[in-house]
Amino acid sequence: MKNILEINNVNKIYRNSVKALDNIELNIKEGEIFSLLGPNGAGKSTLINSICGIVNFNSGTIKINGYDNVKEYRKARQITGIVPQELYLESFETVWKNVNYSRGLFGKPKNYKYVEHLLKLLSLWDKKDSKIKELSGGMKRRVLIAKALSHQPKLLFLDEPTASIDVELRKETWDIVRKLNQNGTTIVLTTHYIEEAEELSSRVAIINDGKIILVDETDKLIKKLGEKSIKIQLKNEEVNLNENIKKQYNFEVNKNILTFKYNIKEDNINLTKMLNEIENNGYQIKDFVTEQSSLEEIFIKLIKEDKKS
Amino acid sequence: MNYFGVKAILIHELDRFKRTLLQSLASPIITTSLYFIVFGTAIGSRIKEIDGINYGSYIVPGMIMLTILTQALSNASFAIYFQKFTSTIYEIHASPLSSFEIILGFVGAAAIKSVIIGLIIIITAGFFVDIEIQHPILMIFFLILTSITFSLFGFIVGLYADGFEGLQIIPILVITPLTFLGGSFYSIAMLPEFWQKISLLNPVLYLISGFRYSFYEVSDVSLLTSIITIFTILISCILFISYTFIKGYKIKD
Repeated sequence: MKNILEINNVNKIYRNSVKALDNIELNIKEGEIFSLLGPNGAGKSTLINSICGIVNFNSGTIKINGYDNVKEYRKARQITGIVPQELYLESFETVWKNVNYSRGLFGKPKNYKYVEHLLKLLSLWDKKDSKIKELSGGMKRRVLIAKALSHQPKLLFLDEPTASIDVELRKETWDIVRKLNQNGTTIVLTTHYIEEAEELSSRVAIINDGKIILVDETDKLIKKLGEKSIKIQLKNEEVNLNENIKKQYNFEVNKNILTFKYNIKEDNINLTKMLNEIENNGYQIKDFVTEQSSLEEIFIKLIKEDKKS
Repeated sequence: MNYFGVKAILIHELDRFKRTLLQSLASPIITTSLYFIVFGTAIGSRIKEIDGINYGSYIVPGMIMLTILTQALSNASFAIYFQKFTSTIYEIHASPLSSFEIILGFVGAAAIKSVIIGLIIIITAGFFVDIEIQHPILMIFFLILTSITFSLFGFIVGLYADGFEGLQIIPILVITPLTFLGGSFYSIAMLPEFWQKISLLNPVLYLISGFRYSFYEVSDVSLLTSIITIFTILISCILFISYTFIKGYKIKD
């Protein structure tokens, strides 16, 4: 699949000397949902604002669908949309005027049918004549999405789309993101909610202190860096495990539960052998469950490692 | 050229003018009427003609200039500052608009509003005094060019302002005094020689003088000097805005 976004060696230093982006290299494939994960102040917003032309970056190149976003900014921006993190809207304008204004700004002629379709898609049609100040927070966010989509962009950036919104609305936003992606829009979202990245995106980049620490497919990332654990519940009430086995598998013992942790990429683990050894030592297995570390745990681990280095 | 983008800004800004029609139009009309009642009728009836023109009629061009300068400046400065204040300017930055097109949209809208207000004041003044416009094309030329120039100036003020207070400083502390002292309500020939020379340092004097010439063919300075002055201010504003955009100062991080 071709790259819709290519970022090469992008650096950004703010006037207060803070280095917000440090040699960013990143490619986004057409048609994917990509998550940019990182803690607050990591550089997520600076990166997408640099791509969209809201912030000037100091060096490097950004190409959107092959167009340089500085030299060929018109072509690059015509196919890009951004939904900001905050609810930046003009309170006294109606939904309809707000969305049509955005379409005009991006150089597109009036197309009331498309705007109607968009507002219906985002469940805003019945609010088209309402002023922004009369809308709820969730509706305002959907208006921002409608504005960003008003010029039919190929590439949509969502800056923390579900920050400070309730669970129900978060699920609703996720559904919208999926729907947009199904309609052919490539989506890049920034988030610090791991659950969001895990739920929505096919690939993830982790950014910290302006550097991209890692880029990978979400599932692969979990597999590659994920820790698995097996909790083995024994029939015996008291467990007095042979020291050799305990050391060999580094079991954590809690009453009659043995916890064995391992990394999925280690291929020298023989679980059948381990279970047999437990039985051979006179213990009967009652039950066992496996648990896999979430993206959140991986994220924390990576950030900690990055800070140490 | 992003024609639709410029049009979107123009319509968006003129919509704001429509939404606040009462304060946009009523305020200059009421203020102008009060000036005519006080200066034109109450005080003006006791003042003899200036350059053969009735005092009430004489002050019309100065009155229009006073309103245009302040309106153009405050409309343009508020428009761009409001976008910065509400952070909705992100959308302008993200759109495929050049700096020139952004300025064209904002300054164009502010200038259109100012020209409309100027024409309304002329009509309002007609209810109080007799007005003659000897050179209508020259009058329209000054009206449009002054509106554009001071809208550009207002755009700069709006870009650099760090708060609503900053928007008020230039109109209140600079433009209004310069307009009052620039012969809006008198001819500088009525001043002592020393103050006449001081008045010649005031650029607004040249604008009012040229504008008054288009009405009554009387002026404090030559028409050519007035035209050169307005173009000088216009070019200075364009150069300053260009410099600001090139440097990106106060526009983008």
